[in-house]
Amino acid sequence: MRSAILVFPGINRERDMARALRLTSGREPAMVWHTDTALPAGTDLVVVPGGFSYGDYLRCGAIAARAPVMDAVRHFAGVGGLVLGVCNGFQILCEAGLLPGVLMRNEALKFICRDVYLKVERSDTSFTRGYNAGQVIRVPVAHGEGNYVADAQTLARLEGEGRVLFRYVAPDGSLDAAWNVNGATAAIAGILNEAGNVLGMMPHPENHVEPRMGVTDGRGLFAGLVDHFRQAA
Amino acid sequence: MKARVTVTLKSGILDPQGKAIEGALKTLGVKGVASVRQGKVFDIELAGGDRKAAEALLKEAADKLLANTVIENYRVEVTG
Repeated sequence: MRSAILVFPGINRERDMARALRLTSGREPAMVWHTDTALPAGTDLVVVPGGFSYGDYLRCGAIAARAPVMDAVRHFAGVGGLVLGVCNGFQILCEAGLLPGVLMRNEALKFICRDVYLKVERSDTSFTRGYNAGQVIRVPVAHGEGNYVADAQTLARLEGEGRVLFRYVAPDGSLDAAWNVNGATAAIAGILNEAGNVLGMMPHPENHVEPRMGVTDGRGLFAGLVDHFRQAA
Repeated sequence: MKARVTVTLKSGILDPQGKAIEGALKTLGVKGVASVRQGKVFDIELAGGDRKAAEALLKEAADKLLANTVIENYRVEVTG
């Protein structure tokens, strides 16, 4: 799996992401600067990492979403290329119009940095084939604006088309407002685009891939992607 | 020519910041505040002098960047 990580000023999770991709795919990902107008030839997966692009000025992800490299990403996604956005990357993909909705200020107005439990809603996607449907995984979040909001029509479509891939749940997998850390609508933590090739999620699976972290629940996402491209080859 | 673009949240969109400001005003004893919704103001200097062109340009700026029309409305004023 050849991956490319986008780098914007103010991004700070690109090295965590690179490490996770290196460990799980055995290949060094390419780092792609925001002013580049093309992705490296043969790119399988584009990753928009977390951080604070442009200091979160204007709106989170708003300025990065309009960077030159995003035209290349839009084209790549348009022809079916896989795109993963994590945290600020999710915000950037929403602002770029590659995913519907928006990430608003956390309901309690606090920056949240802690582990959360996610229910993997489906295992039959390129991104979640490394998990079982209904599986509960533990991964960290670190964000101030992760409260997913969309209009009623968009939400109905996301739910109806099975495009909510991750939801914040209690450790036993049940929906519980107390475990919906940022107050997201329908406890949404991660969504797919209509074509199923763009995933945005607030939590950081890249931080739970190594045994030394105590939990390796994030590994399934990367292992699944690697497997997806191995099968395709 | 000077202009102002005002961006506000659409009605029905939850505004946790507005709520916090509302709570703080109540704490300060400012009486009679029923609710608060916050937004953004952009004061923009324009190079040209054509009012119609200015309005079109500001609309373009708001649609392309200043507002996220999924959650926000905007108002454009050429102020002189």
